[in-house]
Parts: sequence; C-alpha cells; structure tokens
Amino acid sequence: MIEVRNISKRFGETVVLSDISVNFEQGKTNLIIGQSGSGKTVLLKSIVGLHDIDEGEIWFGDTHFNSLAFHERKEIRKEIGMLFQGAALFDSSTVEQNVMFPLDMFTNKSYEEKLDRVNFCLKRVNIENVNALFPAELSGGMKKRVGIARAIALNPKYLFCDEPNSGLDPKTGILIDNLIKEITEEYNITTIVNTHDMNSVIEIGDKVIFIYEGAKLWEGTKEEIMSTKCKELNEFVFATSLAKKLIKY
Amino acid sequence: MKFLEQLGKYFYLLSKVFARPEKIRIYYKQILREIENLGINSFGIVIIVSVFVGAVITIQTNYNIENPLLPSYLVGVTVRDSLLLEFSSTMMALILAGKIGSSISSEIGTMRVTEQIDALEIMGVNSASYLILPKIIAAVFFFPILSLLSMFVGIFGGYLICLIADVVPPSDYIYGIQYVFYPHYVSYAITKVVFYAFIIVTVSSFHGYYASGGALEVGKSSTKAVVHSSILVLLANLVLTKLILS
Ligand SMILES: Nc1ncnc2c1ncn2[C@@H]1O[C@H](COP(=O)(O)OP(=O)(O)OP(=O)(O)O)[C@@H](O)[C@H]1O
Ligand SMILES: [Mg+2]
Repeated sequence: MIEVRNISKRFGETVVLSDISVNFEQGKTNLIIGQSGSGKTVLLKSIVGLHDIDEGEIWFGDTHFNSLAFHERKEIRKEIGMLFQGAALFDSSTVEQNVMFPLDMFTNKSYEEKLDRVNFCLKRVNIENVNALFPAELSGGMKKRVGIARAIALNPKYLFCDEPNSGLDPKTGILIDNLIKEITEEYNITTIVNTHDMNSVIEIGDKVIFIYEGAKLWEGTKEEIMSTKCKELNEFVFATSLAKKLIKY
Repeated sequence: MKFLEQLGKYFYLLSKVFARPEKIRIYYKQILREIENLGINSFGIVIIVSVFVGAVITIQTNYNIENPLLPSYLVGVTVRDSLLLEFSSTMMALILAGKIGSSISSEIGTMRVTEQIDALEIMGVNSASYLILPKIIAAVFFFPILSLLSMFVGIFGGYLICLIADVVPPSDYIYGIQYVFYPHYVSYAITKVVFYAFIIVTVSSFHGYYASGGALEVGKSSTKAVVHSSILVLLANLVLTKLILS
C-alpha cells in the first residue's frame, strides 16, 4: 500500500500540487485521471521521489519514503517498477539489454539465469524474438510492452505507469491496460496509472482519483464515476463528442 | 547571479558523479564503451588535422625565416616546439571540444528529455555517476594518447611536405626536430591535456544533464557545451602555462 498525506509541490511560484491525500491499495489498479496539465505526471514523479515535495508525507507500507536520503531510498527503489510516458528505453541498448539492466544492477545471477528472466518477462507482455532489436526498431506499442517488461523484471511490489496507452490506437491501448491489470492482480502489486483516457477508466479503474488544477476533487470506483455530482469531473468524463452523442439518445 | 547558480549546480553535479560507485563491473563495461566512443573514434580527426597542420607550419616557418643567416634546420625545431607546446595540447583540445563535447551533451540531453535519466534514477541508479564518470575516466586516460599521437603525426606531416615539395632538405628537418630537445615539453603538454579532458567532459555533461524541454533545447545545450568548454580550455591554458612555466 502507498499512502500519500497532504502533499504539495511548487515549481518556483507556481503551485502544481496542493494538499493531496490518498491511499493506493495493494493488488488493485489505482488510476489518476485529469486533463492535460492538471499535474498527473508531477504527482506520480513526486510519489516515486523524482521530484522533491514541499510539504506532506509519502509512505510505502511502513516506510516514510520522503524522509529518507538518496542512498537510503535504494531498498524501496528496487521494489518500484515504472513505465514512462514515452517508454524511456535506453536507446543505445538492445531490448534484451534494456530488460536485463535492473538485473545486472541489483542481482548477482549468471547470464543464463538473467536471460531466462528476461525472456519470461518479454513473454509475459506478449512479445518474443525481439531480444536483439534496438528501441528505434520497435513500434510504439512494442516499446510500451518492453517498458513494462523492464519494469517487472525485479518482481516489483509497486508499479507506476504514466499514460501507458497514450499515442496508441484504442485497441492496442486496451490491450496494454488489460496487461497492466492482469499483472497487478497476478503478483498482488500496488499499481498506480496516470491516464486521461476514459476507456482505461471503464476497463481497469479499481480505484480512481480525479485531479483538477493540482487538487484532488474526487475519489471513487469506475462504477461511481458515471453518476458523480462533481461538475468538473462530469465535464471531463463526458468531454468527447462520442460521449455527448450517446447522451443525446 | 545566474552564473553563480550555474556554478553551484555544476559542483553539485560533480559531487554526485564522484559518489561511491554502485557496481564496479558495470562501470568497467561502460568505460570500455566510452574509450571507443571518445578515444578510438577520435583517432581519425586527430590524425588528419595534425598531418595538415604539421605540413602548413613547416611551409610557413620556412617562408618566414628565408634568411641565409638562419640555418634551415630551425624549421624542424619550430615545427616540433609549436606542436609540443600548443598545438597537440590546446588546439587539439579545442577540436575535440567540438567533436566530443557536442556528442556528450546531446547524448545525455536526449536521455534527459526522453526520461531515460528518470528511468535510471527510479531503479536506484546514481545516474550522474553512471553516465558521466566512465566518460571522465575514458577521456582523462585517452586524451594524453591522442595528444602524443598528434605530436608524432604532426611532425611526420612536416617531414612529408619536405619530401614532396621543395621546402627544406628532409635531412635538415630531421636534424632540426632532434636539436636541443626538452622532454619536459611533453610532460607539460600531457598535464594540460588531462585538465582539458576533465573540463570538456564535465562541462558538456553538465549542459546535457540539465537540459529540459525537447529536441530544440538539446541542440541549444550542445552548442553551449562546445562554446563553454572551448572558452574554459583557453582560460585553463593561460593559468596552467603561467603556473607550470614560471
Ligand atoms: N519541471 C517543471 N518545472 C516547472 N513546471 C513544471 C515542471 N513539470 C511540470 N510543470 C508544470 O506542472 C503542471 C502539470 O504538469 P504535468 O506534466 O504533471 O501534467 P499532466 O497532468 O501529466 O499532463 P499530460 O496529461 O499532458 O501529461 C504543468 O502546468 C506544467 O507546466
Ligand atoms: Mg503527463
């Protein structure tokens, strides 16, 4: 479980996150939704410690994460996997080297054992026989899959995904979403996913929080979201012209 | 004010770079890779530029001292000393600042804007040390080799032009390059080059590491990397020359 207590984050004078508190539960896919620029990425990066927060506390289980120094965070970091908005694969390394990287860094296994694990992870995200390719040779969807494979290589307890299906067609997007949900349940991971895609919400949102201009306006399940009274959330949910047309009928 | 802030960030980055390394074996692989990228791949440009400069200094010196009172072996002496004292250290460093500086800062800058550096940090890897330290080690170790290469090739370039064109008799040139040779000129050049290597790698890495935005900013940061490291190389040259030769 990850607990966020009253965190705030400013860049210079601009307040990007104000007083956000939320519990992210284990074995569930927790979604953070909100418009572009609402602060989702900053929130996610603040939770994992890529941004220092100005106020508040972040707890990973029983550990007060943001009170730790850089080198003390290492133990928790090993339990975190993260998929970035653009996948962030290492350009100069092959797919195999990318997925093996965390294993090289943090285990003393033999090459064969590591290769086994790499192939297992690649298979888990439904791509095979791409070991020798470079990221530039992959399609957007494949990059995301490799990104997920790298994120789960060390059996993380926590998985963070920043817009896992942005830039993908709706069908591939849903495949990636479902993959994340399956992995979350299979390994009982605490997963947090950023998205502005209502498809994802309907498909995988066990728990959803809505961020608006840096503040948490709403929290609930994907079932509750359709009947919410929150005006800003309603506008967000029914923003697409498809949704508007459907409402007319 | 801005300058002081930058300076502070630069030294903060250096302190991260020299923090205790994570896993020596991984660094070892990176160092080999960087020796290839920064060192071996620079052989070509160093050889080409040095041959031509050696030849041109020979022609120009001969042209300038065409005086029956001055012995023609002086041309060899001048070529040797120009190369040893300035060209194969400072001028070569300026050329490498252009080649290596821009490649380092665009490589690291691209990693920054595509979140690859965040990906390293999230895995608990000290990204500054992992990316920059192998480059520093490779350059500090390999720049002196490039400098020695430049000296030999430059002197050879002068010899070549004596053979091909009618400049000085080759035997006079050979006599000249051996005439009153001070070995400490070489150690002086090597000392300078070690400092230059450190300056070029750290300044270029600094500009890449703190790049933000997109491809445009990465391009700008690599221009800054080249300009700033060239200026600092020249400043360092002034200071080191004063310190070492006085
Ligand atoms: N490093 C930074 N320095 C200054 N301001 C920043 C920085 N990173 C983000 N911001 C600002 O914080 C706000 C929230 O940005 P964020 O990237 O979190 O949005 P987002 O919700 O992830 O949007 P998107 O859906 O487009 O990814 C934006 O107004 C942005 O300009
Ligand atoms: Mg974002």
